[in-house]
Amino acid sequence: MQESLLEVKNLKTSFSTESGVVTAVDGVTFTVHAGETLGVVGESGCGKSVTAESILQLLNERTTKYEGEINYKGKNILTLNKKQMQQIRGNEIAMIFQDAMTSLNPVFTIGDQITEAITAHMKMGRKEANKKAIDMLSLTGISSPEMRFHEYPYEISGGMRQRAMIAMALVCRPNLLIADEPTTALDVTIQAQILEVINNIKNELNMGIVMITHDLGVIAEVCTHVVVMYLGQVIEDADVESLFSNPAHPYTKGLLQCIPQIDGDRSRQLYTIEGIVPSLDNVPKGCRFSQRCPHSDAKCLNEPPLLEEINDKHKVRCWHYDKI
Amino acid sequence: MGVNVPIENRDILQTKTQLKKERFRLFVRRFLNNRLALIGSSIMIFLLLFVSFSLLFMNSSPLEIDPANRLHAPSSEHWFGTDTFGRDLFSRVVHGGFVSLAVGFSATIITAIIGMIIGLYASYYKFLDHILMRICDGLLAFPDVLLAIAITAVLGPRPINVVIAITVVKIPTMARIVRSSALVIKEQTYIEALKAQGASSWRTLWMHIAPNTLSPYIVQITNVFASAIILEAGLSFLGAGVPAPEPSWGNILYDGKVVIFNAWWMTFFPGVFIVLSVLGLNLFGDGLRDLLDPHTNKANK
Repeated sequence: MQESLLEVKNLKTSFSTESGVVTAVDGVTFTVHAGETLGVVGESGCGKSVTAESILQLLNERTTKYEGEINYKGKNILTLNKKQMQQIRGNEIAMIFQDAMTSLNPVFTIGDQITEAITAHMKMGRKEANKKAIDMLSLTGISSPEMRFHEYPYEISGGMRQRAMIAMALVCRPNLLIADEPTTALDVTIQAQILEVINNIKNELNMGIVMITHDLGVIAEVCTHVVVMYLGQVIEDADVESLFSNPAHPYTKGLLQCIPQIDGDRSRQLYTIEGIVPSLDNVPKGCRFSQRCPHSDAKCLNEPPLLEEINDKHKVRCWHYDKI
Repeated sequence: MGVNVPIENRDILQTKTQLKKERFRLFVRRFLNNRLALIGSSIMIFLLLFVSFSLLFMNSSPLEIDPANRLHAPSSEHWFGTDTFGRDLFSRVVHGGFVSLAVGFSATIITAIIGMIIGLYASYYKFLDHILMRICDGLLAFPDVLLAIAITAVLGPRPINVVIAITVVKIPTMARIVRSSALVIKEQTYIEALKAQGASSWRTLWMHIAPNTLSPYIVQITNVFASAIILEAGLSFLGAGVPAPEPSWGNILYDGKVVIFNAWWMTFFPGVFIVLSVLGLNLFGDGLRDLLDPHTNKANK
């Protein structure tokens, strides 16, 4: 097995708020290898984005506490100081944000913003940097990149902005890309194109990708490995085939049943997972999913299960996975 | 947009200049359509040209006393009449205008720079915010004129001290404007995205947050300029500003106050110039606000 690029070990991110300490990410563990796409899936508020932002330590320094380890190329980046972290961000690990509409600075042209990333991390002349930026733009499949280079974000469409964002993130050729719901704000055709672009560039640069999404279709399309999160915890960790063919956690099963089938029975109502996600400052005592789980019993309500191995490619956090 | 030539046939530089030209033309058209900005800037340009041309071509000195010809009404020889010492009022108003505008302008520029620095850092660092904003609150608690008088009283009535006084009085407002817009910008996704790219806090602050605060800032600059002129006139009127015999609009008014019933021109002309410059600046500021803020911008052809 090849050496891992990113290894998140027992990551715990907590915020101090007015109502006390809230742990948004509680003991998350996963590994990303070079050339591999890891999908992180879960519903809103389950801690996907906080996990992503924890990796780059983008959260408010004064109110956030990180515990555990984030090993990038074997080095724990949680122990780095501000300067060293700046060197990692953008250069080694880059991030694409969810909302391309607001992720570009409105007062600068696309070109200025991309070249800024280059000049911040590499010693390179203006002309050379410009050329590199335009090359990167055309790699993302944007139409007439020379023209877009001199345009302001408000002058181009959402899909183009997302492409510009991708160009900006990838122009320094990072080894790891964190994509935080890169396609949620886009329509399906553009979504497919953007995913293809990300995939192509991944193959070209041999990057590792952490793809954060709530769309299982995206997971099936691009990921090799999947982590399912629920209320700040990893509840299932599997490669993409076994997750879809053989989901072990009742939550994952529920999620998969929620997808409408094009050739399914239309007279039946679509499956829904009952209840709502509990609030983070009122986490259930036992299994975090127990209150909404159709299979839960007294043990589930009282004792929190651990992430257990079903086989070497599949882990699940459930007391009864073998029975259901 | 009128870009008809296929992209492939042109190089990047050409595209760039073309786009730039087009944006510039659009801006000029919008400016000409904005009546407030147009009137305001015309008044200011008129004032500036009037003062500078008169200074260049004037032969009479503002300090030359001619007691025989005191308090003459405006005539072809003395366009604005003469004052209590027989000095030519036209030349005094023009020289005074130069002093007033120069004091106002330099006070505004210094205020703008320091206000920007304080506002930006206060918005970015919570620790500095508490200290700087409490100092600003303290300064804001005093009435403008009172504080300015106190400062010039301590430092002595000299033009440079008037500049310092106006600057100290006006910095809090400026810093607050910058801080409030910077606080909004700071939370935008693109600032987080910038951080994710490894930008230093200096770069984030000056290269990305600062340009985004510019439009309310520029509008505020015109307001500060206008009130700096009023403040300077007020200080000079009260004897705490530009000292006699050196003219400024404020102390000409003061000289005219005594003889207001038999020599109207002594208060009328400097008064008109103060009104014109403040009006011009305020109109210009209002126009700029409409011009720079897309939300108030009416779709005009």
